[in-house]
Amino acid sequence: MAIPASNSQPDPALVASNRFGLGAKPGDRDRIAGDPRGYLKAELRQPDIAMISLDDPAYASLLGSTPAIQASMAANVQRKLERERMAAAQPAMATASVQEMPAQATPARSKPVQPKPAQSAPTQAAPAQPMPSPTAPAKPAVPPVEARLFRAEAQARFDKAFRAEAGFVERLVYFWSNHFCVSAAKGPIVRASAGAFEREAIRPFVLGRFADMLMAVERHPAMLFYLDNQQSIGPDSRAGRNRQRGLNENLAREILELHTLGVGSGYSQADVTSFARILTGWMMAGREGRLGEPGSSVFNANAHEPGDAVLLGKTYPAGGMGQAEAALNDIARHPATAQHIATKLARHFIADEPPPAVVTRLAKLFTRSDGNLRALAAALIDMPEAWSTPLTKMRSPFDYIVAIRRAAGPGPANDPGQSLNWLSALGEPLWQPPGPNGFSDQADSWASAEGMKIRLDIAWQAARQVKDIGNPNDMLDAVIGPSASLETRQAVARAESKQQGLALLLIAPEFQRR
Amino acid sequence: MSLLCETPRPSRRAVLMTGGALFAWAYLPRFARAADNRDPRLIVIVLRGALDGLSAVGPVGDPDYAGLHGDIALSLTGPHAALPLDGFFAVNPAMPVFARLFKARQAAVVHAAATGYRERSHFDGQDVLESGYAGPGHVATGWLNRALESLPAGDRVATLGGLAVGPSTPLVIRGAAPVLGWAPQSLPPPAGDLAARVLDLYQHRDPVLAVALQKGLDADRMALDDQMVAKAIKPKGGLDSAAGMRQAAQGAAKLIAADDGPRVAALAFDGWDTHVNEGGATGRLATLLGGLDGAFEEFEKGLGERWKDTAIVAITEFGRTARINGTVGTDHGTGTVVLLAGGAIKGDRVIADWPGLKPAQLREQRDLAPTSDVRAVLKGLLADQFGLSAAVLGDKVFPESAAVKPMTNLVV
Repeated sequence: MAIPASNSQPDPALVASNRFGLGAKPGDRDRIAGDPRGYLKAELRQPDIAMISLDDPAYASLLGSTPAIQASMAANVQRKLERERMAAAQPAMATASVQEMPAQATPARSKPVQPKPAQSAPTQAAPAQPMPSPTAPAKPAVPPVEARLFRAEAQARFDKAFRAEAGFVERLVYFWSNHFCVSAAKGPIVRASAGAFEREAIRPFVLGRFADMLMAVERHPAMLFYLDNQQSIGPDSRAGRNRQRGLNENLAREILELHTLGVGSGYSQADVTSFARILTGWMMAGREGRLGEPGSSVFNANAHEPGDAVLLGKTYPAGGMGQAEAALNDIARHPATAQHIATKLARHFIADEPPPAVVTRLAKLFTRSDGNLRALAAALIDMPEAWSTPLTKMRSPFDYIVAIRRAAGPGPANDPGQSLNWLSALGEPLWQPPGPNGFSDQADSWASAEGMKIRLDIAWQAARQVKDIGNPNDMLDAVIGPSASLETRQAVARAESKQQGLALLLIAPEFQRR
Repeated sequence: MSLLCETPRPSRRAVLMTGGALFAWAYLPRFARAADNRDPRLIVIVLRGALDGLSAVGPVGDPDYAGLHGDIALSLTGPHAALPLDGFFAVNPAMPVFARLFKARQAAVVHAAATGYRERSHFDGQDVLESGYAGPGHVATGWLNRALESLPAGDRVATLGGLAVGPSTPLVIRGAAPVLGWAPQSLPPPAGDLAARVLDLYQHRDPVLAVALQKGLDADRMALDDQMVAKAIKPKGGLDSAAGMRQAAQGAAKLIAADDGPRVAALAFDGWDTHVNEGGATGRLATLLGGLDGAFEEFEKGLGERWKDTAIVAITEFGRTARINGTVGTDHGTGTVVLLAGGAIKGDRVIADWPGLKPAQLREQRDLAPTSDVRAVLKGLLADQFGLSAAVLGDKVFPESAAVKPMTNLVV
């Protein structure tokens, strides 16, 4: 268990900026100091604070999930055609390379489809493809459309974090995005739509109702694809009888285990299987568009298991899409869900082992308010324990990188590459968790030997690229404030260079813990 | 098909029952082992996501196998024929190194194995597998770390500590015994004495971070000593990619081979949760198995003369359904395989009390029924390699597991 040297009551301004927020920018502390709770709550009152709007010119390069998935589908067709063309042109060579490569990992050699005509910059118009040499596959002249969309979404997320006031609502976005995670490692469709998923299914609801977020998440094409509901077919549905395909229980299990009730809360294997039947038909429309606009979320009655179904002792009458909606509405309000969500929120914002009283209060409020997430966020701010518990958690890699940018400057303009590389090196690659349970929320996971070594390397690299470093002592006052320890003050003051002083600030315990 | 007639099925239980008596010397006290110049090492690879044991090592001699596993079942015929192990079992053709080691008596399989966990949650299942406790809910320390802690004070293996490969420490090796962390990475190291200054600051203000950072710096120094490794450790992919697995093993082998390097190591490879289009002899699972096979090869190469003293064990939280699901994949199940490799392994054996695949023989009519306990295998390795007693293994390393006897005769 990680316990910093000091156990005294933490500085309220540091609680506001680090425990709840994304870290102070120079000047922020003056705004926080008088009323840290009010500073945080002000964010909860701003309408649409969590939104990233496609109408905003700053986000013009983003796409909704449906056109993003369509672009990925079109690119996939192009890639396939290109492979076939190559195979026809040079049979011997192409056969060898195709055999060695798994289908998913086949590099794109075609010119990706432009998602928006307005977006095609001169550098991207490179129709002339060099012939690949027999030894190495050709490097694509433009990155695949999925990679471009992913980077644009990443840039938008970093920009939003950099510009946020306290960043409490952004922290809530990351919390929920990790709770309901999808992974770009699933394949091109999710890589193209992972950012859109967060903008469409998470952001609109972080201060809304849990049941609404749950519904938006579970019917989003990225989630349906990630947890394989796309492929799940009711065995007695028309499609099941015709095509000899059947159930896949992945989505059903993870909804119960991870998204709502929590593991060990009393559901059985029979409940999982039954819920999988209920969820059949929730799909993403395919490229042919037979079920609806390609890449959009649809209900496929042909794949839906007919008949009544029992889940957690309650019978859900046959009713097409409404059957799963009714089930989701019930489990969103289940007492086990309230307990599960309350525990995770308290663990995230207060301590790895949160005070039981905090969990109990949050769970009661969850139930009483019908899952009102704005009320829960406000209640977290009002918890006395949030202001008295020592800052023993670690900043997650994403939050650490954002805190560095907010303290030391935004980093390379319009290029999320460095931040994305840092995230991967720290073991938290963006929108690519190791499993559907998301990234760890325990301090130990991020205070590993390898992790700390890399944090040090990153602090140094970040400090080196700041062009005009002011006085590091002043930056320490601005970012950490009067509660900075004597040792940290001395270490920064005695640094051999401004770069080293800034690096020491960015790696200091007060900058790591929250 | 003629191969199938050569191995009568009951022999598998016989293998298990007769071994112990012949090799009782494995339980001589440790100083006796030191006299034969052995310097044992144990490498644990956790396969997260639940490996389909029936597609990794297929019971091609079981008449019900092909029907249940459908299009993804392994077969001894066809363009991607599985590699026969003993006439009843065959390994996935993506694992030629493992097949070679098996024939060279340096690899073995325990089939129809499971931990004591009988639910189907990945995350609880992994916690049980890695913590070594009988049930979920224990996430502070892992069995491999407690094994180190249980060694006599001053024991060389305990002093040298463990190695955790990857950006975060797998639970299996977390705990009080010292653990080195290492992962392939390529950021420019800080100039001057920044690291020393930060360590000094941490020692005064945050001892936990001081210990972590010191270990991270140590590991980096060791791995970077060798110019060849330094060049090779540009990250090639995550630990859910074949290249990433191979690379992690390459770096780990370098650290473990060193005379003063750790004697136990833990790696975690992700991506085994194959619900959809799992593939059989080719495809997604085969690509991952190829990565694991590459890791075995890198360990064999990198450990050099220490390979002969090394045992590698690959374990997973549970198996997958025996029957393929509606999407040509498999859902969460129970029994699966444990893969063993290394010069210290008494190889050329598939150890299994085969439960059969008829509907009534399957657990809950869906999963391969477990007949071996993964903990028995792990206990056997810890006993043979490091001389831990059954009592310590049944109490401290794997709490409340006295009834699970160490599997004997796993090590040469």
